[in-house]
Formats: sequence, C-alpha cells, structure tokens
Amino acid sequence: MSIDRGTVRHVARLARLALSPEEEEKTVRELGRVLDYIERLSGVDVSAVEPLTFAGDAAEAKESMRPDEPRPSLPREEVLEQAPEHDGSTYLVPRIIE
Amino acid sequence: MPPADWEPVIGLEVHAQLLTRSKIFCGCSTAFGAPANTQVCPVCLGLPGALPALNRGAVTMAIRAGKAFGCKIAERSIFARKNYFYPDLPKGYQISQFELPICDGGAIPVPQADGSIRKVGLTRIHLEEDAGKNVHAQNGSHVDLNRSGVPLIEIVGNPELRSAEDASEYLKALRLALIYLGVNDGNMEEGSFRCDANVSVRKRGATSLGTRVELKNINSFRFVRQAIEFEIERQVALLESGGKVSQETRLFDHEKGETRPMRSKEEANDYRYFPEPDLPPLVVSREWLDSVQTPKLPHQQMAELSAAGVSTADARTITADPRLVDLHGRIAAAAGKEGARRAAHVVVGEIARAVNEGALDLGAPKFRPEQIAEVFRLQDEGTLSSTAAREVISEVIQTGRAPAQVVAEKGLSQVSDEGALESVVLAVLEKNPAEVERYKGGKKNLLGFFVGQAMKELKGKGNPGVLNALFKKRLE
Repeated sequence: MSIDRGTVRHVARLARLALSPEEEEKTVRELGRVLDYIERLSGVDVSAVEPLTFAGDAAEAKESMRPDEPRPSLPREEVLEQAPEHDGSTYLVPRIIE
Repeated sequence: MPPADWEPVIGLEVHAQLLTRSKIFCGCSTAFGAPANTQVCPVCLGLPGALPALNRGAVTMAIRAGKAFGCKIAERSIFARKNYFYPDLPKGYQISQFELPICDGGAIPVPQADGSIRKVGLTRIHLEEDAGKNVHAQNGSHVDLNRSGVPLIEIVGNPELRSAEDASEYLKALRLALIYLGVNDGNMEEGSFRCDANVSVRKRGATSLGTRVELKNINSFRFVRQAIEFEIERQVALLESGGKVSQETRLFDHEKGETRPMRSKEEANDYRYFPEPDLPPLVVSREWLDSVQTPKLPHQQMAELSAAGVSTADARTITADPRLVDLHGRIAAAAGKEGARRAAHVVVGEIARAVNEGALDLGAPKFRPEQIAEVFRLQDEGTLSSTAAREVISEVIQTGRAPAQVVAEKGLSQVSDEGALESVVLAVLEKNPAEVERYKGGKKNLLGFFVGQAMKELKGKGNPGVLNALFKKRLE
C-alpha cells in the first residue's frame, strides 16, 4: 500500500508538523514502507486471537486503579512556568476566536 | 414549527460531570471555583513520564448510570486517545472511549404530559476526561487547567426525538435522573451538565436520514429549544429553496437567537482515535457490577407517591427534587396513618414556600421530621386548628424549635373545653335573635354564621368542631 504526498501533508498538518518538501518526500517513502509491512501483517489469520490494546495483563489492570481520594496538586508557580507565557494565574495564548 | 411535510430528527449528546472528589486519571481535586491552575499536576499537564491511573469512583458512577438506564455494562472496555490540538488540552489528545465504551444501549425514561413514560433509546455511555477552560480577552486567551481531567460521562442518545419540545423534555428527564443517581449535580451554568444536539430534517415518510448538523454551546433548556427550532427552520428553508444542508458544526448564539457555522479548521473532525497505550483495559467484575446500587428514578418515585394517595400535582412538585422526596418520606414515616398525603401537603406548601423565600436550606434543614408529625398530633387532638397548625409548621421548619414551645409562645392552642366555650355560644345566640328564628325556621346553613361569630369572640382560637356541636345542641 502506498501513501501519497497529499495524505502525508494532511497528517502532518493534523499533527502540527512543519515538513519541508524534502521531508515530505522522505516521509512518503518511509511511511510507504511501514504501511507495506502492515499490509503483510494483515495477511495473517488472527480470527482466533483477542485484539491486544495494552501490553500488560488483567492483574495489572486491577492494580492500576486508584480510589477516589484527592491528593495535593502542584504549586501554581510550578504549573505556570511550564509555558512560555502566563499572567501569574493563567496561561496566556494567542487569542482563540470561535 | 416546520411545514408538515418535513420531519425533524434530533439526537442529543450530553456531557455530565461526575461527582467524584478527584479527577479521573489523577488525584487533583475537582472542587469548583478554586483559583485558576491550582488543581493541576503532571498528569493534567501531560508532562513526559506522567501516567494516568483510573479513578475507581468515576467508574462506579458510570456503572450506576448505566445500570439505572438499562444499558449493557461491558465486562471489558478500553480507553482511546482522541487527537486534536487546542490550548485547553495540553496533552494534544483527550482520553475518551471509542470502540468499546463502558455502557451500551439502554434508554432514558421520559415522563409525558399524560402521565405515561416514553423510553428514549441510548446508543452508549462512555467515560472521558474534561478539557480545561479558555477565557477570551482582547489581547489573547487565558487558559485555566483546573477542569482538565475532571471525569465526564458522555450520554449519547439515539436520533429518536422529533421536535425541540421532545428534546427539552428528554434533557430535563435525563438531568433529574442523574441528580437522583447522585452522579451529577445538574448545574448547567457551571457547565457540569452540557448538551450538544445533532439535528437533521427529512421528508416525512422517508426512511433514510438527512444530512445532520451538530449544534454546540447550548447551555440552558431554553437555548436548547431555541437552537433546535432555529436550526430546523433554517434547514427546511434551505432544502425548500433547492439548497443542500452541509454537514458541519454550528454554534448557537443566544444573543442573536441563531446558529452559525464554527469558523474552524475543515479537518477538525479527523481525530485519529487509537487505543490508549497508557491504560489497561477497564475490567468490570461481576462482583463490582452487582455491588453498585441504583436508587429509584423520578418516575418510580412518582408512581410510589401516587400509590400512597398523593395527588399527581403534589407528586410532581415533590419528585422535582430528590431532597424533597427524602424529606417527604421521612415526614410520612414519622406521621403514620395518612402520613404520605399529609406530608405531601406540608412539602408542597410550607416547605416549598420556605425554600423559595430562602428561609430553608434543603441541604441542611434545621428541623426534624418527627417535629412535623408532632404538629399533626396536636392538630388531631384538637389543640391546634388547621390554620394554627400551618403557622406552627412554618415556624418549626425555619427554626427547628419544639412545636409545643411555638404553640405556647404564639398563644395558638385552641379552646376545646366545652365549659369554656358554652358561655360564648350562649352570648352569640343572645345577640342574634333574628338569626336564631330563621335557623329554627329551616335556614340550617346559618350554623356557619354562629360558629363564625363565636370564633370572632374567641379571636380564632375556638375549636370549630366543638363549637359546631354546642350550637347544634342549643338550637335543636
């Protein structure tokens, strides 16, 4: 299965990746090879196999849940300094118009 | 209303915030109204290495809703990433459920005006996290992530609704049911109960669906009706004039009363869902499922009240708030015989009035149900007239003071002693000889007049039953 340049551009835009024309070219080739491989995999009969969505086991699933108990959050200064711009209480981003 | 040959088809998606204390994938508090960005941690921020851990309490609430609405609860469901970029979503994806939601099918019971129950089918209910909140200012937008990660259930209804009125009734019934179940506070202003509507129209009799438009930003029952009505008319006018409805998302502008297309990216709906690799499948054991209790829903309470002799109108008022149902039940239990009916009168009368006047907080009532039962007893034994009883109840509800004390202080106890009333009766008869003659001549309804005169003498404190009997005895 091949992938065309338009699809690569579309996916790149959804992922907010700015690809140069050379990178687009390269991605078409590389993603094409990945998809070819997947194509081969899809030829295998897996009708008797449960779909795997998580690489752990059921026991782990049980353990991973937490009780509904609040715990302390981060100090606000620490939360805010993760971003380029803030006003001391909220993050500042370019105006979103909708 | 659209022309008769067009049929609107409406399906609602409701996002309901679950009443957990902590967020769905981390331990940050969900309390509303905290200063911006003070309930945020590495998981909410999507910092590298931070891993989500599912809140058991949120799952239990989703199961409770699912069980109450007759959904099939999945033994195994999975979480998925819904990918999109927006400033209120620091991870770049929302953790939701896509292919295998926790609840499948089911229906919402919607009470109809004629007292019957209409079941509106559900497609599914799934668990997901909320996004943060953007506040738009002149120079830019401000982002508060306190809400990011708050647990939601999305309740997806089938497109079975046929009018804006239908939609509004469905929404009201769903909201009240969730409040009864204790999983949502129903607060539309604070955004803990939000609704999106999918609206299309088709030629009446057609079996396939028209192109649907998704309406967002409708956060009150009135706006839901307005937005849907506007959209139906817009689509019908478009189709009648030979145009085509385009599949899009539109925002409802409540100031202008119209919907308009969201000026967003044409690729907005390409979410590229895939299973969330950081979370194991959600496994709900038989024991867990069986241990989740579902309280009675509003229509079931309604039926019980009616069966107990409460009028339909009273039952409707009481079931509008589960706290009223609770109070009614406790007063009725304390009052014994005829308790349900009498308690209903108090709840829709004195209690509802006190709540409206801000004199009673249903969250923390000052009185005990036994006190109301005590007033009933004082009335039954003749110490209180019905008017006085109502006055005492009003006072007890607001202050929680002992009924006997209120009666004594206000001088409300009525005179039932025959000896004490006898002299008044005689005086009244003496003062009104003409009426006495007419009564004896057959005008028996003058009895009320005599009792009224006696009451006036007694400043309303005479026992009307005893007075009645005394006058009859003297006159016959």
